[in-house]
Amino acid sequence: MAFEPKFMKESPSQTAGPYVHIGLTPNLQDITGVYKTDPGAQMLTPGTKGERIAITGRVLDGSGMAVADAVLEIWQADADGSYGGAHGPSSNTTPAFTGWGRKATDSEGRYRFETIKPGRVPGPDGKPMAPHVTLWIVARGINTGLHTRIYFDDEAGANAADPVLTRIMDTRRRPTLVAKRSVEDGKVIYTHDICLQGEDETVFFDI
Amino acid sequence: MAMKPIVSEAGAFYARDRAWHPPAFTPQYKSTVLRSPRHALLSLGPTMSELTGPVFGHDMLGPHDNDLIVNFSHGGEAIGQRIIVHGQILDENARPVPGTLMEIWQANAGGRYRHKREGYRAALDPNFGGCGRVITDENGWYSFRTVKPGAYPWPNGGNDWRPAHIHFSVFGHAFAQRLISQMYFEGDPMIWQCPIVGTIPDRQAVEQLIARLDRNNTVPMDALAYRFDIVLRGRRSTLFENRPEGN
Repeated sequence: MAFEPKFMKESPSQTAGPYVHIGLTPNLQDITGVYKTDPGAQMLTPGTKGERIAITGRVLDGSGMAVADAVLEIWQADADGSYGGAHGPSSNTTPAFTGWGRKATDSEGRYRFETIKPGRVPGPDGKPMAPHVTLWIVARGINTGLHTRIYFDDEAGANAADPVLTRIMDTRRRPTLVAKRSVEDGKVIYTHDICLQGEDETVFFDI
Repeated sequence: MAMKPIVSEAGAFYARDRAWHPPAFTPQYKSTVLRSPRHALLSLGPTMSELTGPVFGHDMLGPHDNDLIVNFSHGGEAIGQRIIVHGQILDENARPVPGTLMEIWQANAGGRYRHKREGYRAALDPNFGGCGRVITDENGWYSFRTVKPGAYPWPNGGNDWRPAHIHFSVFGHAFAQRLISQMYFEGDPMIWQCPIVGTIPDRQAVEQLIARLDRNNTVPMDALAYRFDIVLRGRRSTLFENRPEGN
């Protein structure tokens, strides 16, 4: 019999809607007693290796208004540049750092992840990419979750050679993926706003 | 030129069919007007950052996480039409996706969400929270027990109502497979009147989000069953990288 590959279409996306918190961050929504904790709320454990940082900023719409009902997820490598894939689905041990976090924006559209600075991960050409976290955003009014990345402005050399950043033809848009470092009370904070639309629209990916 | 083969699990994902998914700007669903990017999405070749994804262990699950009839119990069971929603999570190659986290959320039987921003006057059910989760088994199967959610009105047009639906979130095995969507119920005429459903351009694509009544798995004198399969993006199984050996 001739080879006939079976092929299915991906289930189409629909918006996460305004009530996304019930499903993804129920404790934050005062639905308590169902899950012990909201998944991804806490990325760091005492055993996590690496430089402690916070990544924070606002999500804004095309009129500059706060997007107060978004949920953001980040996925990142550990300090050595490895992804947490070694943690198998049947494993009952929790790794010191999973690399995944989830946060809802507050009434001002603000999010904040307490995490570590990721190490460098090999790119498609085998050369290391600049340190980055992968970011995914869903909200009411977003029909298909938006993928983007957050890079770090103190990595100028690595950023200049990064295969993804350099793929953005309009160089004026590259800074929309780069968070700004500051130090407050000895704590390293990277600030990064995400604009869904408008003059400073963030670069989003078709990955 | 010698080509370097890559093992199947490292193959690139098929490009997302953007004509199958809703476009970002769909003004009949008003919330998209200011929340839709206007620039074209930047197409990326796959990197480790998208080909990998978080893994969730069964140890995160509580015994009633997939039973919304009892998982928010304050002394009783949730009110409403008792249903079982079950199915298989597959990829575009029709291969099962085992060990993946699926999260759901929904309104109660009256169409009311347990949420601060909810404005519908239908009553809350003290025994219904509206969230659940499950991890697929080794063959990609999942099941939930819940109550059938009610239809509800929402502020969009003057008098828009959502058809009964259950929101779902699935991870797959790679961040590129991350998907949130909504499940509808067979035979509901309101599906075809909904501005959010209507963001999907292709009627066949909408059909893919409609759960079918599954009489065979109905529990007599207890719960109706609905079958709902979910398809995540698939990846090339045999791939030759287009560059010479040794690079």
